[in-house]
Amino acid sequence: MSGAAAYVLLTTFLASAVEAVEMVTIVVGVGATRSWRSSLSGAAAGFGVLILLVAAAGAGLSRVPIGGLRLVVGALLLIFGLQWFTKGVRRVAARGFAGMHAPDEGDGGPQEGGMDWTAFVLSFKGVLLEGLEVAFIVVTFGLSSGAHGSELPYAVIGGAAAVVLIVGAGLAVHRIVSRIPRSVLQLVVGVMLTTFGTFWSLEGLGVQWPAGDASIVGLLLLYVATAAVFIGLERRRVLGLAPNA
Amino acid sequence: MRPFSWLAAFALFWWDFIIGDDWRMAAAVIAGLGLTALALHWGLQAWWLLPAVVVVAIAFHLWRVSGARR
Repeated sequence: MSGAAAYVLLTTFLASAVEAVEMVTIVVGVGATRSWRSSLSGAAAGFGVLILLVAAAGAGLSRVPIGGLRLVVGALLLIFGLQWFTKGVRRVAARGFAGMHAPDEGDGGPQEGGMDWTAFVLSFKGVLLEGLEVAFIVVTFGLSSGAHGSELPYAVIGGAAAVVLIVGAGLAVHRIVSRIPRSVLQLVVGVMLTTFGTFWSLEGLGVQWPAGDASIVGLLLLYVATAAVFIGLERRRVLGLAPNA
Repeated sequence: MRPFSWLAAFALFWWDFIIGDDWRMAAAVIAGLGLTALALHWGLQAWWLLPAVVVVAIAFHLWRVSGARR
């Protein structure tokens, strides 16, 4: 393997791993909070559409305008994520680390045995968007280095290895995630969806983030701090410490 | 399932997904994105605007819900 091929392999692997982490975070978080069957069905459907798109577009995939897709998917995830964010803040403030089987009033969850379409759509969109980004990375890196796309196979191997590794890690941790109290998990997934939704929708608009992809960490810290402040304020009110409680 | 009831269920799903229990949150996100698009049009990189709108929308929603429960 030439030095250029090794560079393409490693770069594609690392860049794809970042996107795959976002994809798996959504699927595992939504599965543990709502319904594993629906979340995995949505992920499988998203993956199926992704394969069809990649097969149809091939190397021309890099010309597909992804900005509009980022804007729409990001805005929808942000709007939905905010609902879980605020519900999570109220529930964690009221119950603390209550067990995941505690009753959830007005949760809007799935009926017994039925398909939870909310979980399906969230996972579908997450897998389709992030999968497309992985495909873009593979095509862009593979075609822009080497002569006439000679490094494309290495880019494909790097991207595929990253997705397989991160999905494997997601499968390994899904039982641990399932043990986290549901109120806490709803807050965590709400914060993650709000973070990714903000980042993707603004990227879709054409905003230049000051720190590139690393700005996701900054957004995450902002929203975690916001959640902590409002949980504190809600707890003071619930415990009767606030003057107007 | 009849086509009409399927369509109604489909519309209801998206209504619930986007509007949820507070339409103001969706409106705040759309307003935040619109203002950011305007800022970009004027040559300003207002990446901070939407996160700020989101934090204010969360505060307003929680304040409103707390007020309704009192």
